[in-house]
Amino acid sequence: MARLKVENLSFSFGYDTILEEINFEIDEGEVVSIVGPSGGGKTTLLRLCAGLLDRQEGKIENSFETQAIAFQDPRLLPWKNVIDNIAFGLKSMGVSTQKREKRAKEIALKFDLEESDFDKFPKELSGGMSQRVSFARALVTKPKLLFLDEPFSALDIGLKRELQNHVMELIAKKEITIFFITHDIMEAIRLSDKILLLAPDPVGRIVKEFTFDMPQEQRDDEYVYGQTAKILSDRDIIETFELEFK
Amino acid sequence: MKSLLKILRDFPAYLWSGWGAVASIFLFIALWDVGNQIYGDLVLPSPLETFSTLGRLFQDAKFMENLFITLNRAMVGFGISLVIGTALGLLAGFFVTASIVSRPIVTILMGMPPIAWIVLAMIWFGMGDATVEFTVVVASLPIVFVGALQGTRTLEDKFEEMADIFKVPMMMKFTDIYLPHIFSYVFPAWVSALGMAWKIVVMAELLATSDGLGASLAMARSQLDTSTALAIVVAMVGLLMFVEYIFLEPIKREVEKWRD
Repeated sequence: MARLKVENLSFSFGYDTILEEINFEIDEGEVVSIVGPSGGGKTTLLRLCAGLLDRQEGKIENSFETQAIAFQDPRLLPWKNVIDNIAFGLKSMGVSTQKREKRAKEIALKFDLEESDFDKFPKELSGGMSQRVSFARALVTKPKLLFLDEPFSALDIGLKRELQNHVMELIAKKEITIFFITHDIMEAIRLSDKILLLAPDPVGRIVKEFTFDMPQEQRDDEYVYGQTAKILSDRDIIETFELEFK
Repeated sequence: MKSLLKILRDFPAYLWSGWGAVASIFLFIALWDVGNQIYGDLVLPSPLETFSTLGRLFQDAKFMENLFITLNRAMVGFGISLVIGTALGLLAGFFVTASIVSRPIVTILMGMPPIAWIVLAMIWFGMGDATVEFTVVVASLPIVFVGALQGTRTLEDKFEEMADIFKVPMMMKFTDIYLPHIFSYVFPAWVSALGMAWKIVVMAELLATSDGLGASLAMARSQLDTSTALAIVVAMVGLLMFVEYIFLEPIKREVEKWRD
């Protein structure tokens, strides 16, 4: 079984220690969220796990065959149209032009893009449409491991829910493993099997773990709100996010 | 290949959109004719006379030979600038130190008037091809260099990061991420360098050679043959406009249509 295992991971930029002694494991089919305030090293941790940064201390074992990512900004290539942007990952895997166009078009329609949008360049797309394209690009490759770097945070609630539903569908079918970074606790509760709390002070470390056993597709708003209220009263959460009234 | 087909397919529509330009050129010619009526043939020959002189020139073997000599010099100079300027610009762009060091040098090169280069080149190389080609290279190379440098310096990490997660192979990173970005800077630089090369070549010839369009222009001046001089000017401008608007502009539109 494939997994992402992080052991005793520490990382610093120069003299600035960002992460210290991070340990966790994501097994195949699991959704694990890292929550914590902005600037706490969440993105650094994701970049280390995705192999975008060189590891300094500790071990990272990533045995997933394929991976994809959705960032907060869509990062579409401005010189490629919608379909070619979606097909970008497929192209890197060596899928033939015809096949990748077909698959890109299928998923584009599924993500509520219209045929008239297919030839558009990113400059002609709204923020929401760009993020749909970005998600389609990530999911069309059927990645075993998906990195989500706060991809929902700039979206309106309707679109947020819509994209989360696409992800949820894959989670229900146990087709995907997700490493999710967010500062939105409610979002994390809706999607995750496990939430790790990354506290930034004095150095980034994981201070608490919350697990949720109810399958994602059965979690209704009531459950999510209830759990959110419970977690928000947790001592470590209050301290980490500095929620205390002064 | 796909873009080439697209350029060809859009070409008629592009030509059709040129009526406005044609109208403004005709307006210019009309003003020119007014000038002729006020100042007379010696100062400003009429458009009609100029164009008929031009027609005659095109049947003149000597003139055609001079035209090709000039074309040849411009192309050699431009070709050298294009290859070396692009290569050096890319190289400098990939190294921070190199780009910091090269900036002031380029500013000096660009700030130096071409006429000064012609004088120096005449001293160094004497009268002939080398002087003209040298001046063309010196004037147009910095333009290409800066284009390539800027294209490389402005590459964004965020796309590379995205590509790295997909484990995109190096070759595809180059063709799909670096190249389109860099090309959108380099190509316009090539176009302006070509325009520069064409202007400089005639100027250098006028001062430093006994053949080519520039020399023909000098000859026309010394014989006070205003209509031939104007006809040569029209030929030069016409040729540049033809290359720019029939070949380069459609390519540029295709290459840059994704830009804001």
